[in-house]
Amino acid sequence: MSQQHLNAEEIIRISGVDPKKCMKCGKCSATCPAYDEMEYHPHQFVSMVRKGRIEELMASQSVYLCLSCFACIERCPRNVEPAKLIEAVRLAVVRQQGMSHMKPGDVPGKWDPDLPQQAIVTAMRKYNK
Amino acid sequence: MTYSYYPGCTLSTKGKALDACGRSAAAALGVEMRELDEWQCCGAVYPQAEDEIATKLSAVRALNAAKVRGEKLMTLCSACHHVLKRVNDDMRNSEYIRTRANNYLKLDAPYAGETEVVHYLEVLRDDVGFDAVKKAVRNPLKGRKIAAYYGCLLLRPASVLNFDDPENPTILEDLIRALGAEAVVYGQRNECCGGYMAMEKPEFAAKRAEAVLDSAMQEGAEVIVTACPLCMYNLKKHIGDRKVEVKYFTEVLAEALGEGAGA
Repeated sequence: MSQQHLNAEEIIRISGVDPKKCMKCGKCSATCPAYDEMEYHPHQFVSMVRKGRIEELMASQSVYLCLSCFACIERCPRNVEPAKLIEAVRLAVVRQQGMSHMKPGDVPGKWDPDLPQQAIVTAMRKYNK
Repeated sequence: MTYSYYPGCTLSTKGKALDACGRSAAAALGVEMRELDEWQCCGAVYPQAEDEIATKLSAVRALNAAKVRGEKLMTLCSACHHVLKRVNDDMRNSEYIRTRANNYLKLDAPYAGETEVVHYLEVLRDDVGFDAVKKAVRNPLKGRKIAAYYGCLLLRPASVLNFDDPENPTILEDLIRALGAEAVVYGQRNECCGGYMAMEKPEFAAKRAEAVLDSAMQEGAEVIVTACPLCMYNLKKHIGDRKVEVKYFTEVLAEALGEGAGA
């Protein structure tokens, strides 16, 4: 089995998502508030994981742009849960040694006196391991 | 009516008004909020991966503390509510997570999701009742046009949050009307404010926040109310010269109940 297939299985295991349930209606991407910002859109995460194209997803900035608003999860008529796939691909990146996307040292540069703790903790939880 | 209360980090610092007004209004309505002892940060974000265990443990500690007291666990911050509610669901329904979390924590008795997590708004609706809230109003907000901003975390996924209709919620509008004000309904009320993109890509967060503000103003909103300190931050940050105020829902509640600003 190729490395790519192993990676796809790992993403499916971490996410708990079955991309084969997708019927390609596109509603996840249509409702995604980050659509315009992303190179790969939620429906593409689903189809590319299914095809084993994990490395392209891992290399894309799209993995850092999901807002975790759960709109795609709520509105998917097939209960595919695309946001969980995006989270799993991002984890596959940031769990690697030295691959955290945001580090504690980055926080002072993003500081704003009104910024709630919640924002900092969320970003560090999403981007740092 | 007595509840264990989980305030969370932001409500002790940047979001003090949400907490202080919530406490004074609750007292006026006969609701006792007993803050948990030595609570820890919930983690702010629900870890969606099936194999994330350590990041869920602080939520389990809070849930178990309420179980030991034999009380429902009341939340106020949308993010804390989301995390506690979903981790509790995992502890009930995922044997994989339940087993591993209990192996880590070594509690006096294993925790299996026994606690009921309720948001402050659910307490008002389901336990106090909006009719009782209406009767307690001493300073009706007559003529005020208030728009409820739900955002994401209270509503979705509805299969777990079970808070309100995720596409057509009414709980905040019902509260606004109970306070004597006019509820403004608008398209973006349950879409994202930009969330933690405030850290990663502020110009993207700005676009989202502006979409919410403009949508509310188009329907005539004078005040927008939220239950989330991060929504508050994003909406206020990008308000520009728009003639609209952003407040916590507890601020307008306390005002209507004649409890002042609290803090």
